[in-house]
Amino acid sequence: MPLSTPNDPGAPAGRTESYDLVVVGAGPAGLAGAVAAAERGLSVALLDGDAQLGGQFYRHPAPGLGAAAPEALHHGWAAFDALRRRWEGSGGVHLPQHHVWTVAGERAATPGAGADGASWVVHAVTGPDGDDERSVAVRGRAVLLATGAAERHLPFPGWTLPGVIGAGGAQAMLKSGLVLPGGRVVVAGSGPLLLAVASSMVTAGARVPALVEASGYLGYARRPDVLATGPGKLVEAAGLVTRLLGRGARPYPRHAVVRAHGTERVEAVTVARLDGDWRPVPGTERRVPCDAVAVGHGLVPRIDLATALGCETRRTVDGAVALVVDPAQRTSVPGLWSAGETAGVGGALLAMTEGELAGTAVAARLRGVSVARPSARTRSLLRTRARLRAFADLMAAAHRPGDGWPAWLDDDTEVCRCEEVTAGRIGEAVEDLGAGDARTVKLLTRAGMGWCQGRVCGPAVACLATRGGRGAEQRPLPASPERRSPAVPVRLSTLAALDPDPGED
Amino acid sequence: MPTRHPTAASDVIVVGAGMIGAACAYYASRAGLSVTVLDRGPVAGGTTGAGEGNLLVSDKEPGPELDLALLSHRLWLELAPALRAEAEFEPKGGLVVASDETRLDALRRFAKAQGDAGVVTVEIPGDRLHDLEPRLAEGLAGAFHYPQDAQVQPALAASHLLRAAGARLRLGEEVTALLTGPDGAVRGVRTANGSRLHAPRVVNAAGTWGGAFARLAGTELPVLPRRGFVLVTEPLPRLVRHKVYAADYVADVASDSAALQTSAVVEGTPAGPVLIGATRERVGFDRTPSTEALRRLALGAARLFPVLAGVRVMRAYAGFRPYLPDHLPAIGPDPRVPGLLHACGHEGAGIGLAPATGLLVSRFLTGTAPGLDIRPFRPERFSPELLGETA
Repeated sequence: MPLSTPNDPGAPAGRTESYDLVVVGAGPAGLAGAVAAAERGLSVALLDGDAQLGGQFYRHPAPGLGAAAPEALHHGWAAFDALRRRWEGSGGVHLPQHHVWTVAGERAATPGAGADGASWVVHAVTGPDGDDERSVAVRGRAVLLATGAAERHLPFPGWTLPGVIGAGGAQAMLKSGLVLPGGRVVVAGSGPLLLAVASSMVTAGARVPALVEASGYLGYARRPDVLATGPGKLVEAAGLVTRLLGRGARPYPRHAVVRAHGTERVEAVTVARLDGDWRPVPGTERRVPCDAVAVGHGLVPRIDLATALGCETRRTVDGAVALVVDPAQRTSVPGLWSAGETAGVGGALLAMTEGELAGTAVAARLRGVSVARPSARTRSLLRTRARLRAFADLMAAAHRPGDGWPAWLDDDTEVCRCEEVTAGRIGEAVEDLGAGDARTVKLLTRAGMGWCQGRVCGPAVACLATRGGRGAEQRPLPASPERRSPAVPVRLSTLAALDPDPGED
Repeated sequence: MPTRHPTAASDVIVVGAGMIGAACAYYASRAGLSVTVLDRGPVAGGTTGAGEGNLLVSDKEPGPELDLALLSHRLWLELAPALRAEAEFEPKGGLVVASDETRLDALRRFAKAQGDAGVVTVEIPGDRLHDLEPRLAEGLAGAFHYPQDAQVQPALAASHLLRAAGARLRLGEEVTALLTGPDGAVRGVRTANGSRLHAPRVVNAAGTWGGAFARLAGTELPVLPRRGFVLVTEPLPRLVRHKVYAADYVADVASDSAALQTSAVVEGTPAGPVLIGATRERVGFDRTPSTEALRRLALGAARLFPVLAGVRVMRAYAGFRPYLPDHLPAIGPDPRVPGLLHACGHEGAGIGLAPATGLLVSRFLTGTAPGLDIRPFRPERFSPELLGETA
């Protein structure tokens, strides 16, 4: 039985519904966390911007598209399907197409205040893109942030041409709408996602004339001990490669797409060999005709909601920023848990493991159960997490962007597309004006101030910002925490219509 | 005694690479001094990077701060030709709006006193408001136009002024100690990486952290943070031409209350987004988003400009205004530590007051007459036992 019941149906409209746990993000981590908590008797609300459960990883076609076998594009579909069934039987409340824009802490004096005396109000706007703009707030005694990851983009000349899209975006298009970005798709960038993307493209009927990976995979070999712990993934990868080669995909390890060509849309790319620092080696360029490019350099945690609340962060081995969590998946802010890619990118299995740990821990916390002696299940999850985290770190190290990648930029390459800020202007801000971090570059150039709020260009700008320039001898500067709030755009009228805080006048 | 690092010596060290530090460096440099600017973070990493860039005379009552603002206004016009393009300097003017006759009367009296002190004010009757601001709400009683109000993008202004100063810039380097000689006089600073930088004068331009720096230097300055939120909308065509705010803002600025106060200040920017400030509350260094502050700003802005109701807010951010108990900055030498000067505590007006502050500091540094009554800004004014000696 839930510790506190959601609102009775007769409650007046506009009243904020209360739950024991509010989960933000219905991907593998959020879903596993919601299931674990709900099965332990907590009332749970599960919010996600998408219409369906599954998040980016288990994105699948809308029922209306009549896809016979969405699982063909997915690994571990059975695990997801099982979780989804458990969720449906758990009594938890799924709030689809809810785009959370902020999480606000409430006074400890609130009746029913939960874990560590805190209580949270999770604010969302509704609709496919948050455009419906019905404003919804749900209250939670605890919040689990499972907001996943976003693709890391490193710009190159021509990357703004139509037909050049994110590798993750191409995958999402295929998974949700069964649409291919083109007939001849160059897949490029770095990271384990590329193999999966190339494989999906080929499966769906496209040609992949080049699979361009900037890393040499040699990084994996430096830690054979850790490598041995992830054999399933490697066997899977080897299988993908074999299949790709059989379909005529040409692999280019230690190469990058350094330029896209075309006028109306992309017609070809220049691929060049990279040195150890990812600098293009002169004379190794070759042209590869194509009609689409799917490019991405791995994933970076999406942690806007958490950093806005001051959650502690750490720098990952591939230079991204992730949340610090403890063994129970608690963030540094009491009452806030996080699981999955937010704590460091590591894939769906790790996300599910962390989600279950978090859901279990929240339930124990809210029910006042001592966790001094973890159950056998928890101990097993902790071992799985340790093994998968180590493997994820190894992958991250292998695919860490080399310091030399900006060598493939021209001064007039747009780095921030929204505000049309070029690499040259960013270089000027760093070298002449003393900008040494992404925030200062943003203030001085407007890079990252546009519609996407730096969600696309942020990682690249951060790389460019820390490269040197005036005052560089004192680097590294402390990373100023990026606090992006609201997490999605909100209309002024929505803000104006929020409930007044009775404590302020 | 010869120093081991002769290059580390300068005439003056400025602690803080925000707008005030930049202005101090600029005017000290122009006076012929060699300057080193230190900051534990990046350029404009504190309050400068979190503000709207208000250069206001309109919100100041006659008195020392207005004198400083009027001097700054003249200096900004001198700086403008160099900074206009690069720092988005805009002499756009302010429009202070009164919703009813009572408030308009109060505003009229306020403006009259300001006029006597040298501020240019023009009363705009209610039926002419739309000539100045076509999208302003209907039914407002009237307004005062302040053509001297202006705007600048503060991070750009600070960084370009620093570049123009030609100062040595050491970023990401925190000062850990003030070096003093046997007589107690300033000799320089030590920093976190162990460097000893020598200078006979050190300027505390650490903004909101100026109180902490004063303690480090063995003296006292009661600088406290006053939080403010700013909303930034999606880019828009020019809907708002001036800095527009409700007359209530003036009362909020001068208030001593710790509670949340809100009066929307609305303005467009050359880049397109509309900025909506400014809440004021004393909550320490807490950056977590306050939905109550956002609600009030949104409500206030939509009341002034109904057209904004459907516009999307892309970003909301908090900054901390450094304030002193009497809401005036500390500018000048500290009699307790010979060689130490303070230039901080400008509350929400630091961008506007920066040039005058920098000029005054350079005059103290060179022993020139300040040309303005500086007594209200004496850093030791909060230690009554000292006032007798220096009054």
